[in-house]
Amino acid sequence: MEMLDRLLAEHPFFKDLDPRYIKLIAECARNVTFKAGDFIFREGDPSNKFWLIRSGKVSLEVFAPGRGPIMIETLGDGDVMGWSWAVPPYRKQYDARALELTRALEFDALCIRGKCDEEPKLGYELFKRFAQIIGQRLQATRLRLIDIYGGRS
Amino acid sequence: MAVAVKPQTIEISADPMVPVPYRVLRVRRETPDTFTLELEALTSAFGHPSPVQTGEGSGVRAFAPGQFNMLYLFGVGEVPISISGDPAQPEVLVHTVRAVGAVTRAICALKRDEIVGVRGPFGSAWPVAEAVGNDIVIVAGGVGLAPLRPAIYHLLNHRHEYGRVALLYGARTPKDMLYKRELSEWRGRFDIQVEVTVDAARPDEWRGNVGVVTTLISRANFDPFHTTALVCGPEVMMRFTILELQKRELRDDQIYISMERNMKCAIGFCGHCQYGPNFVCKDGPVFRFDKVRELFGKREI
Ligand SMILES: Cc1cc2nc3c(=O)[nH]c(=O)nc-3n(C[C@H](O)[C@H](O)[C@H](O)COP(=O)(O)OP(=O)(O)OC[C@H]3O[C@@H](n4cnc5c(N)ncnc54)[C@H](O)[C@@H]3O)c2cc1C
Ligand code: FES
Repeated sequence: MEMLDRLLAEHPFFKDLDPRYIKLIAECARNVTFKAGDFIFREGDPSNKFWLIRSGKVSLEVFAPGRGPIMIETLGDGDVMGWSWAVPPYRKQYDARALELTRALEFDALCIRGKCDEEPKLGYELFKRFAQIIGQRLQATRLRLIDIYGGRS
Repeated sequence: MAVAVKPQTIEISADPMVPVPYRVLRVRRETPDTFTLELEALTSAFGHPSPVQTGEGSGVRAFAPGQFNMLYLFGVGEVPISISGDPAQPEVLVHTVRAVGAVTRAICALKRDEIVGVRGPFGSAWPVAEAVGNDIVIVAGGVGLAPLRPAIYHLLNHRHEYGRVALLYGARTPKDMLYKRELSEWRGRFDIQVEVTVDAARPDEWRGNVGVVTTLISRANFDPFHTTALVCGPEVMMRFTILELQKRELRDDQIYISMERNMKCAIGFCGHCQYGPNFVCKDGPVFRFDKVRELFGKREI
């Protein structure tokens, strides 16, 4: 438990979060390991977990009939994976597959949602952080939409 | 009579407006629309059979990483193209060209032994001397890797003079990446961090990162207080790259960019390449970002 608290407190995602809240969140977390090739979740799965990747690499993939899987994003050391636990319909929209041995902290989203209901301030702090992640992903996606390497100016 | 030819030769190659003929030694296809050409000066035609001899009139010209040449095709036109070869081996002139219009398409269609006119080298250089003692982070997008390759060669040739070196490269798909063999060679070295990313890929064709190049910046190892950043790619890509570098606490005077605005004379005469108070052809193409910050990202200048 102590050890988990420290791992969380050191992660940039939880920077400046009240230690009391860190303790609460740690009660919903556990250490997990995925082997290269393991699916962490599949499209359509209920979204009741999220992860902080400690080391390794994971690809988010969409399966396109006739074309096979297409990698749309890779996540690695320090990245937060999964935010669909926070918004209805609480379903995974992609497949996530470990590309190499990956260690992560796995969070039980039902447990987290329960804590947030008890402590709305914690909910606010968490959602602020997730909003930032979602914003970053959205920006990266927009950059790819405008095909930033294609034209020259 | 040969004696009479010599001074004339020097005069010709010393005039920055007159192209010097080069012969195509080799053409390599990098991607479906981008080709790397190796050129050699036609020195023998000017009575200089000895091949490696740098300086005016010898046909071999030293260049600094980041500089460009004007490549001229008779009857088609002339375009500025960065030098993409090793500055320690100026006897072979290397250019990487993406076919986007009439002139670049014709250059990409050149075959071995055909002739192309060359004026140059022109322009400012990457600050490889000023950056000695610093960590270096290089961020390249698409064909923007070409003008940075001479700087990479220089850093690797003088590796002990620099701190950590990180190369971050983004391309649309694995097929659009330049210098794939070299990139994987560099990745295999222990003294340079190489991170490559593409916009999307099939798992069976690509084992690297997927995402836009700016997402790699948070992964690069460098000490923000002692780092020089070299950035080249389309302007939108450079804009967002600079934002990410600023998030990592880099100051604007630690960031260098290469501006590929179009030009004509390349020697500061015509004003075609004017960028605010600067002429890209002689003040650029490489600028320290704080010097052009006010202009950067403006729609029309
Ligand atoms: C300093 C400098 C270094 C360069 N280095 C390289 C290089 O190493 N490799 C390379 O492939 N190209 C390089 N370029 C760009 C190259 O000069 C242009 O692609 C070329 O001039 C296009 O000429 P064209 O006749 O083939 O096409 P055009 O018919 O003139 O243009 C075709 C299309 O490309 C666009 N375009 C042309 N030039 C530019 C430009 N500079 N920036 C943005 N859009 C442009 C035009 O708007 C048009 O849509 C460099 C440019 C500069 C200024
Ligand atoms: S191209 Fe003529 S002034 Fe720069």
